[in-house]
Amino acid sequence: MSWSVVQQSIPIFGQAFWLTLKLSFYGIIGASILGLLASFIRYFEMPVLQRIAGMYIELSRNTPLLIQLFFIYYAFPEIGIKLSAQTSGIIGLIFLGGSYMAAAFTGGLNGVDKIQVESGKAIGLTNWQLARYVVLPQGLSLSVPAIAANVIFLIKETSIFTVIAIPELTNTALDQIGMYYHTDESLLLLVIGYAIILIPLSILLTWLERRARYGAFGN
Amino acid sequence: MPDKLLTVSHLNKSYGKKPVLHDINLEVEKASVTVLLGPSGSGKSTLIRCLNGLEDFQSGQIDFMDQTIKPGFKKWQPIRQHIGMVFQSYDLFPNRTVLDNILLGPLKVQKRDKHEATEQAMQLLKEVQLADYANVYPRQLSGGQKQRIAIVRALALKPEFMLFDEVTASLDPEMVRGVLEVMLQLAHQKMTMLVVTHEMNFAQQIADQVLFLEAGKIVEASSGQTFFTQPKTERAQEFLNSMAF
Repeated sequence: MSWSVVQQSIPIFGQAFWLTLKLSFYGIIGASILGLLASFIRYFEMPVLQRIAGMYIELSRNTPLLIQLFFIYYAFPEIGIKLSAQTSGIIGLIFLGGSYMAAAFTGGLNGVDKIQVESGKAIGLTNWQLARYVVLPQGLSLSVPAIAANVIFLIKETSIFTVIAIPELTNTALDQIGMYYHTDESLLLLVIGYAIILIPLSILLTWLERRARYGAFGN
Repeated sequence: MPDKLLTVSHLNKSYGKKPVLHDINLEVEKASVTVLLGPSGSGKSTLIRCLNGLEDFQSGQIDFMDQTIKPGFKKWQPIRQHIGMVFQSYDLFPNRTVLDNILLGPLKVQKRDKHEATEQAMQLLKEVQLADYANVYPRQLSGGQKQRIAIVRALALKPEFMLFDEVTASLDPEMVRGVLEVMLQLAHQKMTMLVVTHEMNFAQQIADQVLFLEAGKIVEASSGQTFFTQPKTERAQEFLNSMAF
């Protein structure tokens, strides 16, 4: 292991670090919105949309991200949709993450006690008010642990972006190894890169989970 | 003739093929207290839940105020503002303070003035001796306090009719009294009430009318005093004996 090589490689890994963070951020935000939407549609049993959401969730959950990325990046241009590698990556992450987020939100919404819904009805809340004041606030806090697990999962999934040559952390490490045989140095920086993102995030999410649990239970 | 608030006629309900309520007929007069008694599983809770639409029924009808309700009725939401209900399990919203629990209905459902609704809520809290707890979360309250708040939350909508579904059944014995006192106080204020309870002394004190349910049927309907002193049916007699200690 050469420390000078490590030092020299820091800038390029720095770039990869920020790119990984950026793509994860957009992917997770998009996946959360998509997942929330899908879980809503299913919770309130909206006709037609419910079917579509169900099909999407099955398709998304039961295909590997690798294949989803191949489709978006290599097959879509055949039908006239040409996207950059990074856009393809983000869309792939949203497509995959949406179903996982939907499952997390659905779990939370279904976890809200039936008596809570009934006592909301008993004071005359409309369905919409019931969702807004009773089901959502409690359901969202119940979803937090599963959402947190998904956030970490999705960040780690960005390593697969390497197959469509996005210079994120894993791709950069493999590149450095392939070009210069800086195997030890690159793997070290790769691990450090992910650790800097994931460990503080994990701590933050655990803290959030504890807060959410306190808000949701204790009745 | 005293005014009727609620009439149930020939109401039948079943879960699949299993009948749970059979040909229920009852009348509730304004400002009266009706107590539903009967062994567990006799359909008391199901019946009370039919009266504010938490359960549907298969045949018969309910007349409440000027509304006729038939099976499959969907427009319960406006009616529920006139019917307060308190459940057995603590049902306050854990993510809202006591005051926010109480104000949710008046502000969002009835769109009342915040100042006026808050004043009324505080007055009601004072009547149940919990005025100091307005800004506390439900988890900080005892079971008895929660049930008194749940009563206040229902009363805040200024209902015509109150349903109580075994509201003291999950309370520690020393908490029961406070809740029952609030209910007695309500009865003195001429609130129309329908009460499911296993507290026999309380039932005897508060009931104008007793309906005794067994296996989904009303097997005895009498005035409060008659039921406890001269039960007509053998089954009611057995039931009372089993409750006496």
